[in-house]
Amino acid sequence: MSNNEKPQKTTDLHIGDAVPGCKKKDPMLVIDHVKKTFGGLTAVDVEHLEIPSGVITALIGPNGAGKTTLFNLLTGFDTPDTGTWSFMGTSLSGVPSFKVAQMGQVRTFQLTKALSLLTVIENMKLGAKGQSGESIFRALFPGFWKKQDADIEVKAMELLKRFKLDTKKDDFAASLSGGQRKLLEMARALMTDPTLVMLDEPMAGVNPALTQSLLDHVISLKGEGMTVLFVEHDMHMVRHIADWVVVMAEGKVVAEGPPDTVMKEQAVIDAYLGAHQETDLGEVTGRINIIKGEDK
Amino acid sequence: MDWGSILNNTLAGFLTPTTIAFALAALGLAMHFGFAGLLNFGIAGFMAIGGYGYAISVLTFGLPWWAGMLVGVLGSVVFALILGIPTLRLRGDYLAIATIAAAEIARLLFLTTAFTDVTGSADGLFGFNSRPDGSGFQNSNPIPQGTYGFGPFTYNEQTLWVLVFGLIVLTVAVWFLWALMRSPWGRVIKGIREDEEAVRSLGKNVFAYKLQALVIGGVFGALGGIIYTAAQNISPGVYVTSLTFFIWTSLLLGGAATIFGPVIGAVIFWVIQAFLSNLLPALSTSGILPVSTTQASTLRFVLVGIGLMLLVIYRPQGIFGDKRELTFVK
Amino acid sequence: MKFLLDDTRRRVLRIILVALLAVFGGLSVSAPALGDSVGEEYSATVFGNVKVDGEPIAGVRIVVDGGGYTAETVTDSDGRWSIGVPEVRNYNVTLDESTLPEGISVLEGGATQEVEFGLTDRVAKNFFIGEGERNETSIFDQIVSRFIYGINFGLMLGLAAVGVSLVFGTTGLSNFSHGEMVTFGAVAALIFGVGLQLPLFIAIPIAVALSAGLGWSLDAGLWRPLRKKGLGIVQLMIVSIGLSLTMRYVIQFVIGGATEQLPGFDSPKINLFGAVALSSTDLMSMGLSIVVIIAFAYWLLRTKTGKATRAISDNPDLAAASGIDVDKVIRIVWIMAASLAGLAGVLWAYFRPGIKWDMGTQILLLIFAAVTLGGLGTAFGALIGALIVGVLVEMSGLIIPADLKYVGALVVLIVVLLVRPQGLLGRKQRVG
Repeated sequence: MSNNEKPQKTTDLHIGDAVPGCKKKDPMLVIDHVKKTFGGLTAVDVEHLEIPSGVITALIGPNGAGKTTLFNLLTGFDTPDTGTWSFMGTSLSGVPSFKVAQMGQVRTFQLTKALSLLTVIENMKLGAKGQSGESIFRALFPGFWKKQDADIEVKAMELLKRFKLDTKKDDFAASLSGGQRKLLEMARALMTDPTLVMLDEPMAGVNPALTQSLLDHVISLKGEGMTVLFVEHDMHMVRHIADWVVVMAEGKVVAEGPPDTVMKEQAVIDAYLGAHQETDLGEVTGRINIIKGEDK
Repeated sequence: MDWGSILNNTLAGFLTPTTIAFALAALGLAMHFGFAGLLNFGIAGFMAIGGYGYAISVLTFGLPWWAGMLVGVLGSVVFALILGIPTLRLRGDYLAIATIAAAEIARLLFLTTAFTDVTGSADGLFGFNSRPDGSGFQNSNPIPQGTYGFGPFTYNEQTLWVLVFGLIVLTVAVWFLWALMRSPWGRVIKGIREDEEAVRSLGKNVFAYKLQALVIGGVFGALGGIIYTAAQNISPGVYVTSLTFFIWTSLLLGGAATIFGPVIGAVIFWVIQAFLSNLLPALSTSGILPVSTTQASTLRFVLVGIGLMLLVIYRPQGIFGDKRELTFVK
Repeated sequence: MKFLLDDTRRRVLRIILVALLAVFGGLSVSAPALGDSVGEEYSATVFGNVKVDGEPIAGVRIVVDGGGYTAETVTDSDGRWSIGVPEVRNYNVTLDESTLPEGISVLEGGATQEVEFGLTDRVAKNFFIGEGERNETSIFDQIVSRFIYGINFGLMLGLAAVGVSLVFGTTGLSNFSHGEMVTFGAVAALIFGVGLQLPLFIAIPIAVALSAGLGWSLDAGLWRPLRKKGLGIVQLMIVSIGLSLTMRYVIQFVIGGATEQLPGFDSPKINLFGAVALSSTDLMSMGLSIVVIIAFAYWLLRTKTGKATRAISDNPDLAAASGIDVDKVIRIVWIMAASLAGLAGVLWAYFRPGIKWDMGTQILLLIFAAVTLGGLGTAFGALIGALIVGVLVEMSGLIIPADLKYVGALVVLIVVLLVRPQGLLGRKQRVG
């Protein structure tokens, strides 16, 4: 890794002991009794969980632990069987996914969803909120949206520059590499001016050369006052950037706490050993090679 | 063989009410499939509702022609809403089957003898373009009686009036689609075609956009049906699934994700049709083609089928489409 | 339309118009030239169309009388009739039931009915006619006999539907050309059974064998190369539409636009119990369907290829990884689908009755309805779906006009897609 500088960790986030379901001083997401089953299989069963504001939280766990399903539930892409959850005090139960996004909670996907046959700049501009030209009647007359569109383009170009995609602005997204698409997806999500950014495996399938820049981008989100919740398998990354770690196994939260302490907990080791016996968590320096595919 | 007449008749295929009707319907499909990625296999149903809405309002309710046409358009809006609200959540190929079934239901309802008084059942309706009370479309014809044009493009005042009116409607429709697709609205629609979940994650109400696209494309289809009906009688036998497939062929000929592609595709389709429908029977009567005249005219639809297959396999973006623009993402 | 056209222009328009009518509608090429029009000197007209299950009946006597005016005519070869009347008023129209074919009668409203002119000077009068005599048959008997017809129709649909289902399950293709595979079987039986005068027990197996050959060649010549080329399912679907148009018009090219009959289509009805009467062909058709379906079920459940087929429908990648030759199985699936469709075509030719170039297209959506109802890609679901659709179509004729009976099935299709898109037997897919 080229960047050896340690990011500033935020500590003292919780109230009481760092046990599963512990209270946070300033929670952004509060989840209660959320349960989802597929056929007979319980995918997610979370009693209580709070995600702290203004920091980077990692959601880890072996394959099939229900991390992506929880993501889908929280963002309205899937509906739970039971349970309630709220975002900054507003209940999100039954709120459709697009409204969740409008409220400032934006997500990315494990399998990158770049809009292939739109250009990079079109992908970016699509992300901007409150565009008057997106209403069908105003769309017909450029007078209503020309100026706003130009402003959005300026903002999009700034972000593209930051993500080093500015030279590709007129290319179709389909022509980008896998890592560039991840970057584009993240940049596009930032176009919505989110409060909470939820990243589903931002490092999966990314060329190691791009990993560091992606990490830096995630850390800088925190610097800009955004809250980040991400799913990741790469323990090195989790340890490096997360302020708080939530561990899931078999749909339940089995442990949570600051990264250094939580990874030593017996429940975490058990959870991982159950899935992947030869992994020694204490010695991990790179990506853990866990077979993907089941966790789609 | 009379090559002069074959050429003449082929050129005439460039500009007929039918060509304009096809162009409008194909434009509707471009909105649905090319831009929004909606697999609508029921465009014939939208056309039938436009045409019948117009004819029935004039004949049964005595409305003036322009109000009748408006009813046809409104009918297609209602049809799009009834069809779209429940089905737009379905996966692409399910939507295809739902729309083709809905179009067939519409056709069977126009065909049944149960509503003969209103629909004319199998015989269809006639006498609505010229009305004894002067409220018909042809009664408002500003063009004096006579013959206009030259060579293959010779029209009487009635056909000319349909053509002029049809071209105005087509121009407005093309402008409308063009204006929409260059706007941020069009960007959202194209995004939905690529990946609706991604667009949803950016806070766009995907369902509302899809419904808007379905309604707009449906209205274009209905306008096609109305122009077709303004030039002749209306008969349920026209609005079969083959009509839908011929319009798909026109659309794919020109390029599904383009503005002018559908129009050019419709023109190409009908010029080829006019050419083959003149050439093949002529070849058969002159003994070059060893088949009967009826068989010769069947042959051109065999060629349409083969053409459609070759087009989709080898040039799915259409003759004028950009190779990168449409690769049948789903 | 009284267009004043010069000759060339008129010819073009007429050619286009006739072609449109002929081909779009599958209507006969002849303009509505009424064989025996009466009272053409009058401007007002009463007209109609005599058809049973979509097939025109010629030579039916129609009488119009009222206001001291009486005129009569007979239907032409398209089943059409038209009578000019001197004034716009109410008339009584009588259909002479003695001129209808044996066993056919007016089902609703009696043989004499009143017509009333609307805003136009033309009015249509069509009679609901069909098999059976409503007045003499009890409701219970009607229900029972409709139910049995429905089962017969459903079994036939089932033979066609399992093929669509197998193909969808293994390749993801919604095959719009399946209707033509149905027609192909019937046409092959026609060529060998009527054209070459072979006995049916030879002609039908030949037709099924030829259908199997069609399935083989379609997969070898078209579908497999396209799979290798990596076409998406939407593209494949549109290719199947192109194929459907091609095959349909090739068939029309070969057999023309008329309706042909297989030998024994008019075999007499045997009274079974109550008012339930079935012909020997109906009985044989049902028996044959059941035997073939049982054989098919054995194949799918017990044989190695059958199991492999189900494995591929379940998870193609896993199946390929566990050593199943996916291409070989898909080839067999196409052969299977085409032969079952061919057999269904022969049975459909007896059920309608008649062989016509677009007969397969007529039931394509019903087949899709059956497949969707049962659950896309599950063969047994398709069978159950087909029986439900068959019974529904036949029974709905009791309540709604006969020419709307397919509407019920199509509405069910849409409702199923909405409420339970995985069908009756399909499993809910896990998302996320």
